[in-house]
Amino acid sequence: MNKRVKLFIPVAIFLVMAGFLLYGLGRDPNTVPSALVDRPLPEFTQPSLYPELGEYSSGDFLGRILLVNIWGSWCPPCHLEHPFFLEISETEDDITFIGISYDYSTVEDREFLAERGNPFDFNVVDLDGSLRIDLGVTGAPETFLVDQQGMILYRHIGAIDADVWNDKFVPLLRQIR
Amino acid sequence: MQFTRLLPVILCLFTWAAMPALAAIEEYAFDTDQQEDRFKKLTYELRCPKCLNSNLAGSDAPIAADLRAEIYDQIREGRTNDEIIEFMSSRYGDFILYRPRLTVATFFLWFGPAFLLLAGLVIARRMIVNSQQAEVQNDAPLTSSEQEQLRKLLDDNQDR
Repeated sequence: MNKRVKLFIPVAIFLVMAGFLLYGLGRDPNTVPSALVDRPLPEFTQPSLYPELGEYSSGDFLGRILLVNIWGSWCPPCHLEHPFFLEISETEDDITFIGISYDYSTVEDREFLAERGNPFDFNVVDLDGSLRIDLGVTGAPETFLVDQQGMILYRHIGAIDADVWNDKFVPLLRQIR
Repeated sequence: MQFTRLLPVILCLFTWAAMPALAAIEEYAFDTDQQEDRFKKLTYELRCPKCLNSNLAGSDAPIAADLRAEIYDQIREGRTNDEIIEFMSSRYGDFILYRPRLTVATFFLWFGPAFLLLAGLVIARRMIVNSQQAEVQNDAPLTSSEQEQLRKLLDDNQDR
């Protein structure tokens, strides 16, 4: 090999490594890639947050666009996104809003919704904790966008506001509407 | 006697030493020691999805408690370690594995350091050998053809 070319090998290695590190620097370490995206919504049968309404199965929701929100009245970012959910649940008529509550806060969650308004068309309780594990949930709030075929298109960790909605959800919604 | 009166007080002061025992998050009862070892190994090797730098064993995030309970249940149900790891990674992705699987994407992660070390050793060896050879060549007496060349050059110079 040409001696001159050889001289540039360390520079090339440096540039490649610097490129990788620069890429890593710009990434948000809190955004864990979801293993569930492009896979079907896991099957479940869980009770309603309101015991008189019985229970729901994943099959009940097939054929509609779903926004599945894992939340709890004990979770501060959930309080933050709640007014925005109220707003879009009025305007986005073709989306079915499903709220999934944790098993240990059903009373408080009912009070919260009664007091501040209920953006959800259906309220489900993850009674045995299996649904949040099947969804690969890391904590509350998390929101899944599911298409009419029951496939998960996107998972968002953290509170949703107008910016997140317009950046992440609206382009995907445009594709499936 | 002063000391014996104070002894209970002194002993009470040492109750803080028992605090780590309270920090144990949940108590799980296993049928066999082998099951308990597997539980420890799995919660040690699986990462808490909520927290970036902590395994399931060392995290008090709610999701980590949920997953510990899930692992406990699955061990009691007789699932193998591979099945449990597959269950977790199908839900949480490779992120949850502190011991990354060997795939095309992780190949460099596994063998990169060894490869770089080897490459460094080869380069260092070549540099040392080259510099030694250069020294040897500088000190060596001239070969007969070189002698010939030198004489010619000197002769040419004298002729002028």
